Amino acid sequence: MRVIRACRELGIVSVAVYSEADEASLHLKLADESVCIGPAISTKSYLNIESIINAATTTGADAVHPGYGYLAEKAEFAKACAERDIVFIGPTPDNLKLAGDKISAKNIMEKAGVPVIPSSPGGITRLEQALGICREIGYPVMIKASGGGGGRGIRVCTNEEILCEDFPIAKAEAAAAFGNDELYVEKFIQEPRHIEFQILADHFGNIAHLGERECTIQRRYQKLIEESPSPRLTPELRKAMGAAAIRVAAAVDYFNAGTVEFLLDRHGNFYFMEVNARIQVEHPVTELTTGIDLVKEQIRLSSGGKLDYTFDDINKRGWAIECRINAEDPERDFLPSPGTVAEYHPPGGYGVRLDTHLYQGYELPIFYDSLIAKLVTFDLTRDGAISIMRRALDEYIISPLKTTMPLYRQVMDDPDFCNGDFDTGFIKKYVPDDDDDEDDD
Amino acid sequence: MAEGKKVEVRAPMSGVFYRKSAPDQPSYVEVGDTVKKKQVLALLETMKVFQKVKSPSNGRILEILVENETPLKDNDLMFIIEAT
Repeated sequence: MRVIRACRELGIVSVAVYSEADEASLHLKLADESVCIGPAISTKSYLNIESIINAATTTGADAVHPGYGYLAEKAEFAKACAERDIVFIGPTPDNLKLAGDKISAKNIMEKAGVPVIPSSPGGITRLEQALGICREIGYPVMIKASGGGGGRGIRVCTNEEILCEDFPIAKAEAAAAFGNDELYVEKFIQEPRHIEFQILADHFGNIAHLGERECTIQRRYQKLIEESPSPRLTPELRKAMGAAAIRVAAAVDYFNAGTVEFLLDRHGNFYFMEVNARIQVEHPVTELTTGIDLVKEQIRLSSGGKLDYTFDDINKRGWAIECRINAEDPERDFLPSPGTVAEYHPPGGYGVRLDTHLYQGYELPIFYDSLIAKLVTFDLTRDGAISIMRRALDEYIISPLKTTMPLYRQVMDDPDFCNGDFDTGFIKKYVPDDDDDEDDD
Repeated sequence: MAEGKKVEVRAPMSGVFYRKSAPDQPSYVEVGDTVKKKQVLALLETMKVFQKVKSPSNGRILEILVENETPLKDNDLMFIIEAT
C-alpha cells in the first residue's frame, strides 16, 4: 500500500499481487489492477518468483517494487526481473546476494576497516557444525537466518542443550519466512543499542546517508519502537557512524535504498551488523525528519535519477517515533492474536501518520505477519512526539484483537524511555523474556 | 494423575500444524511413542511464528488426529495421550 500510494502520487499505474488468503486485503482496493498469484501458503504465492514475473508480464508492468518482505532481498528474483526487462526497484542482484549473505558481507566490511562481531566463518545448515563453532566462540550465542532480517528465525542459546532443540526450529522459521534455511551463529553482545543508518545510492556512484534510526526497543530481536534521530548519538558519533555507513555501501558498490545496521555499546564503540538491502518497515521516521519520500526516491533512482544531495544538504527537523502495532498479546508472551476486526477507529490529527491495511470487518489471515499497523508521530521535539504518541495510542481502537498497543502506552510513560536511556533489554522490564523452553504451562 | 487417564492436546489458537521441523526430517512423535511431560509433539505456525506443541504429561501417544501441514482452528484436537 505504501508503494501504491507513492505510484498514485507520481501518476504511475499500479498492479497489486495477492494470494487467495488475501482476497479481502485493502491494497487490492487501492491499486489500479490486481492479480492473484497463488494459494495461501507463501512458498506457493508471495515467494513464487515465476508467479510474480507472470503477473508482471501479463499486465505489461515496466517495474516491480518488492516491498520489504518475502522476495525483497532475493537476488534470484531481481535477476529474473532483469532477464524479462522488468526494472527491479531496489538494489542490484549482486548487492542482494552479498547483503543476504551476512557472512561474506561481514568479511568484506572487516577488510574495509569497519568493526565487526565474532561469528561463524560461514553459513551452516547442520546442527553438528553449529555445535563445533559455538564451542569455539563460547555461549551465549545467537542463531540467525543467513537470508533473513527483521528478527524472524533469530534465537539466543545459552547452552548446547538449547541449541540442539532450537536449531531445527530456527531452520524451519528461516525457510518459511525467507525460503532459505541456512543459518549463522555469532557471539551475543550484551546491553547494546541498535542504531541503523538509511542509505541512498544512485547509478553514478553517489552515496548519501539520511541519518540514523534508533531501533533499540526490541523483543526477541523484533523491533517494536523506532525513532529518528537517536537520543543517544552526539553529532560526533553521528558523523563517524554515518561515514562508516557510506564506507559500507561504497565497499559493495551499493545501489538504491538500503540500511546499514550497527550495534552501539555503552562506551560509544559501534560494530557493523548487516546491510538490509530493501526499504525497511521503519522508514517513515526517516521520511518525517528529512522530508524525503524514500519510496519515490527508490523509483526515481531506479529510473536513472541522480542523487544530488548529501546529509548536510537535507533540511532535517524535529523528531519522529514509530510504534509497530502487532496482533499479538503482550500479556500472553506475545502470542499471535488472529481474528476479525469488529470495531475500528484510527487516530488522526496533528503529527500523526498511520500506515495500515486494517479496516472494520477485516479478518487477519493466519498465514502472514502479525504487523497490522505502523503508528508514527512527529513533532519538533522528542517530548512532543512522545506526547502525540500517547494521545494517538489512546485514540486507536482495534477491537477485539489483542495488540501491542497497551505495552507501547506504558513505554511512553517510562522515565528511562523518556530520558532516552535504554538498551535492547529494555522491554524485559515490562515483559519477562521467558524462553518458551523454561516454562509455558 | 491417575494411571491410564486420557489427555487431550488441543490447538491453543488457529495455525498450521506441522508434525516435523522440516519436510526432510522425521516426525517428532508417532502413535505408540512414549513421551515425557513438555516433550515437543509438533509445531504450530501462526502469523509466521512457530510455537512448540508440548506434551502436558508423561505418557504414550494414543492418537494423532491431524495430518501434517493442516490449517487448524483454535481448540482443534491434535493428540490424545494416555497419561502414565
